[in-house]
Amino acid sequence: MTTEVGSETEVRKEPEKAEEQPAAPESEPAATNQTDEAKAAEQSANDHPAPATDSAEAPAEAKEKQEEAQPADNATPQEGEDTPASPPASEKKGISRFLPPWLKKQKSQSQVGPKESQAAPKEEAGVASVKEEDGEKGEQAEAEQTSSPTAAQPQVEEEKINGEPKPEQKEEVKSEEKEEENHSTGSADTQPAKEEKAAEESQEKSAAEEENKEAEEGGEEKKDEEESPKPEGGHSFIKSPLKLTKKVKMVMCHVTMLDGSQFPCEVEKRAKGQYLFFKVYEALNLLEKDYFGLSYKDNADQTCWLDPTKEIKRQIRNATWQFAFNVKFYPPDPSQLTEDITRYLLCLQLRQDIVSGRLPCSFVTHSLLGSYALQAELGDHDSGEHRLDYISDFQFAPSQTKEMEEKVVELHKTHRGMTPAQADAQFLENAKKLSMYGVDLHHAKDSEGVDIMLGVCANGLLIYKDRLRINRFAWPKILKISYKRSNFYIKIRPGETEQFESSVGFKLPNHRAAKRVWKVCVENHTFFRLMTPEAPIKAKFLTLGSKFRYSGRTQAQTRQASTLIDRPAPYFERTSSKRISRSLDGAPMINVTEAQESAPTSWENGREPGLELSSDSKSGRLRVQGENIYVRHSNLMLEDLDKTQEDVLKHQASISELKRSFMEATPEPRPSQWEKRLTASPATSLRLQAQGSADDKQKSGEAAWQAAEVEIEETVVVEEIRVAPKGSVTITTPEVITHVAVESEVEKPKDEVMEEQKRPVSVSSDSEEEEEEEAGEYHPQVTVSASVDQIKEEPEEEGEEEEEQQVNEEPAAEPLPEPVVEVKAQPVPAVVEENSATEPQLAPVAEESPEDILVTPDEAPNGHAESPEGHPGPVALEEEEEEEEPRVNGDASHSETERLPQVICCSEPPVVKTEMVTISDTFAAQKTEIATKEVPIVHTETKTITYEAAQLDGSGDGEPGVLMTAQTITSESLCTTTTTHITKTLKGGLSETRIEKRIVITGDSDIDHDQALAQAIKEAKEQHPDMSVTRVVVHKETELAEEGED
Amino acid sequence: MAGVMADFGNFTHAVVRAIPSSLAKEALRMNVSDVDLEKAQREHEVYVGVLKQKLGLEVIELPADESLPDCVFVEDAAVVCGDTALITRPGAESRRKETAAIRQILKELGLNIVDMSDENATLDGGDVLFTGREFFVGLSKRTNQRGAEILADAFKDYAVSTVPVTDGLHLKSFCSMGGPGLIVIGSSEPAQKALKIMQQMSDHRYDKLTVPDDIAANTIYMNLPGKGHVLLHCTPEEFPESAKVFEKLKDHMLIPVSNMEKVKVDGALTCCSVLINMKAKV
Repeated sequence: MTTEVGSETEVRKEPEKAEEQPAAPESEPAATNQTDEAKAAEQSANDHPAPATDSAEAPAEAKEKQEEAQPADNATPQEGEDTPASPPASEKKGISRFLPPWLKKQKSQSQVGPKESQAAPKEEAGVASVKEEDGEKGEQAEAEQTSSPTAAQPQVEEEKINGEPKPEQKEEVKSEEKEEENHSTGSADTQPAKEEKAAEESQEKSAAEEENKEAEEGGEEKKDEEESPKPEGGHSFIKSPLKLTKKVKMVMCHVTMLDGSQFPCEVEKRAKGQYLFFKVYEALNLLEKDYFGLSYKDNADQTCWLDPTKEIKRQIRNATWQFAFNVKFYPPDPSQLTEDITRYLLCLQLRQDIVSGRLPCSFVTHSLLGSYALQAELGDHDSGEHRLDYISDFQFAPSQTKEMEEKVVELHKTHRGMTPAQADAQFLENAKKLSMYGVDLHHAKDSEGVDIMLGVCANGLLIYKDRLRINRFAWPKILKISYKRSNFYIKIRPGETEQFESSVGFKLPNHRAAKRVWKVCVENHTFFRLMTPEAPIKAKFLTLGSKFRYSGRTQAQTRQASTLIDRPAPYFERTSSKRISRSLDGAPMINVTEAQESAPTSWENGREPGLELSSDSKSGRLRVQGENIYVRHSNLMLEDLDKTQEDVLKHQASISELKRSFMEATPEPRPSQWEKRLTASPATSLRLQAQGSADDKQKSGEAAWQAAEVEIEETVVVEEIRVAPKGSVTITTPEVITHVAVESEVEKPKDEVMEEQKRPVSVSSDSEEEEEEEAGEYHPQVTVSASVDQIKEEPEEEGEEEEEQQVNEEPAAEPLPEPVVEVKAQPVPAVVEENSATEPQLAPVAEESPEDILVTPDEAPNGHAESPEGHPGPVALEEEEEEEEPRVNGDASHSETERLPQVICCSEPPVVKTEMVTISDTFAAQKTEIATKEVPIVHTETKTITYEAAQLDGSGDGEPGVLMTAQTITSESLCTTTTTHITKTLKGGLSETRIEKRIVITGDSDIDHDQALAQAIKEAKEQHPDMSVTRVVVHKETELAEEGED
Repeated sequence: MAGVMADFGNFTHAVVRAIPSSLAKEALRMNVSDVDLEKAQREHEVYVGVLKQKLGLEVIELPADESLPDCVFVEDAAVVCGDTALITRPGAESRRKETAAIRQILKELGLNIVDMSDENATLDGGDVLFTGREFFVGLSKRTNQRGAEILADAFKDYAVSTVPVTDGLHLKSFCSMGGPGLIVIGSSEPAQKALKIMQQMSDHRYDKLTVPDDIAANTIYMNLPGKGHVLLHCTPEEFPESAKVFEKLKDHMLIPVSNMEKVKVDGALTCCSVLINMKAKV
């Protein structure tokens, strides 16, 4: 995120940057070219995956900073943010040489820091940084920290405590620094020797670590406290002592492994799931890890999957730190697994499933599978050694009879000569055919309130009533998966004979259950049906609801990667299945039959779950015919907001760095048959980036490639559409509608009749073309498109925080709420007094995006209104609002929030720029669409950017003033509609003329909106030279074609 | 021992039952028709002969029971898969007692017997289509949901999907397996609709062989050692068009079997035997 901010903020920050930058270059030895992406990836690698790393890094960074703060001037090249290529590591060192001797000493200390941190990034790609530090170093570090006030934390702490408020530092600046720091730490790996060491001693955790963690925390806090002024690095050391008092809390996790053993693992309290995952995989020596996951029981005793990309603590909430290692995705064909150890683990899981009754088997199958289990663990049957009761300790079935045991023994004898691996393979060959193999069951009710079970599996969604399968929806049949409150919906592709797609709704016991099913569906679909994980919703496309996406590798990818595994088969010990019977707590188990009986009695309420199937009539909108669309609408899903693309990127980046060649071997996407059939999700970008993190060099190339690929996929989609029995939907070229509202407020004494008083001057221009010039001043800010790009990359976390911030700030920034009265205007200028009616056109606008309202109180009522189409009708709006709640607003603005606070320096009056991006809720949008099933409906992206003059405060306050006149003039040309609204108000003896001009530009994406905006501003200025532009609001709605979806 | 779901179509034994003379008058039928008892009995002898002599199965012939006019249609009384035999509770009350003799013999053969004791459950074996990978159970006049559930419970290894049967007596009145992954289906609308449902419900892909006459779609498929794919199907005399379709199956040993009389009382080819694979018994 800092990266994006960069350009504008840079100017101010420079001093600080200079300081920091030196550190950055050092740290980023590997990263040759630092594009923003690269950075982002790095960041992600460093801080996200491995919180621990951060901690380690932090101190080091701090030190570095201190050292180099002085020489900062020398280090010019940094600007990691903007400059594509970062100076080689060597350069940095060079810089250090130039340091004055007194500085050097400090530097030495600082170096220690980097060393410590090194280990993490390399070995584990930041996932688990904790291990890396050796005891010695750790101590050293500790000592240093304590002794030297300079420790990294100081920065953070300073802020909190008081710190000397930095002269004008903005939060953004801070964040940047932070990032850089992270980079530096990440890059610490430069010293190979250390790395190795670290690796060896990875397990050790020293006090130093804790310290580091502290630091890390501090860092985080820092982020949180963006608002607070940032203390300079130099000052930090003074406060460092304080920092010591703060300790990062460690928590002991207990993971129940598949063999029933307990794996204790200490993690930082704020560690992400990823960290624990990594520790477990590592302990198991497992490479084909993508099929597995960690589960935990929530407060309601429901089994949930731990999301690697999110903090553990936030997921488990108040539950215990008890996890279970389980198979998450059951490979349909286990024989395609590469390693025996993977198959072995799958066997263990299946034995659990069988014993628990989750995987029902016949008597014969129980016996057969049991016999293979015996063969695998005990080897050939030895009649001498193996008495009949030798198997009594083993459990093969939920209820095991003597008869079954005899059968098992009998079969065991027939397996003579079979190796354990062969026995496992045989076990799997039989188990995989079982009808409930890999089916994840969830209690639900159908639309008539009948108890059913939803089974999510590799092929799709299965519906069971009791033991019977009563329906099945293969993934390709499913257009959309969504949930709302406690309802779960799927939209079904129309069959050959059907005209319209239909929706099926299910009632889950509660909202959480609905969300759980939804997530499992998203994950299973992605894993089994897509070539690459789908990009999470891009930040720029703000949507309501969950951003959750499966972020790991898909089966296709993991298979590809597996082919590159080149290691001798790892030795592992097959434990006795005796243990299995004791530890069944891990997997979520629901037996179909039992499930029914034990069906949740706690339906939310007795009310008839008459699920309203979202009638398709409403939803004429088809996002894309491609099948994988996970749409959610409801604030409920907002819980997921903490995860953004950024997070995913980080996650992936970390993963990629994690595992040597194996990990790097992410398969290149190839169009395969099933891919075609399936769906084309434009998600490729993620994968690429993940790879990219490994070597940033290729970034640019990849980017291009990526684009190409996306295109391919889209084509596929189109194909699919054509093929679709009912070509109900066609994809239209994206349309972009840009609303530009230029509001100029002018105070001009001379002008009007009433001198001395502010006199309203109204000017209306029928067409934009008349005006020109003047635009120049605003150019810098006008780059709408640029900002959009940046937005994507911004990290979410910060977004949230800032979001709030934004809200707060906004009011301040606003000159003052001025009542803007809109008058309906015909092509011919008409003057209407006090007419508050909005244009019909505009009406729809008002409803949408609550955020907008927040941003610009005055504008909102009318300014946004202009989305004629694709916008949720009033009804929809209502719904949205109720669901959305405050959070929505915040979330919606994630992406840009960061940038909001920026003050842009230009010759003109200071302008505060605010920007909001929203995506209209699809669901809502659908509602407005009535009966137009055949009409292609496209996603709409709504974006509002507001530029305001900062100084207006004085005028702003408040007085409502007396409205003297108001008029609205509308003119239309080919693709633009200009509405000019002029109001004259009398305020405290001054008359004020406010001209609000709204220009709606409609057209293809080809239109250069920035250009149009610039032009509009220019014209406005030209027309009213004596007036000043106080606010520019750009409201952009883009119909998103396929991309945003699926 | 055989693995799960191996050996589809491999049978060693067949249970059949003689035709009682009461069949001509008293056997249930959907359409009024006169049955030539002697002709029917001759047909049945041929049928048994094919199983015994031509295919070499060990055929167990149960004596007819005059009090059970429909007793020749043994298929409805039991569903055998692997080493498990589900003794059904036929939907027609008059046929409930048919199961006793069948149960007895199957038990003697060493199969695991599962009884359908639930009084709310009904199931006719003719509504059960086993594809080798899963079961489809027709919900018909003779079979209800509860019956299907019990079947699902009896054969836990397999998915059991239900298919509404709106037309015809049984699910297998218009379809059957013609080979591994090959469903022979009648061309009537209800038949085609049922097929679509089955295809949608299944995780597996099935090829289909459509025949003009629904009842001709009822065939007996076997995969016998030394003989390969064997298909017992209708004769050209009965259904000339459908018979032509079967003749296109080049890999199958095709054995036309006449069924002109039994069909009058809604008896199809599969109805007259319960096939068992004793080798599958573990």
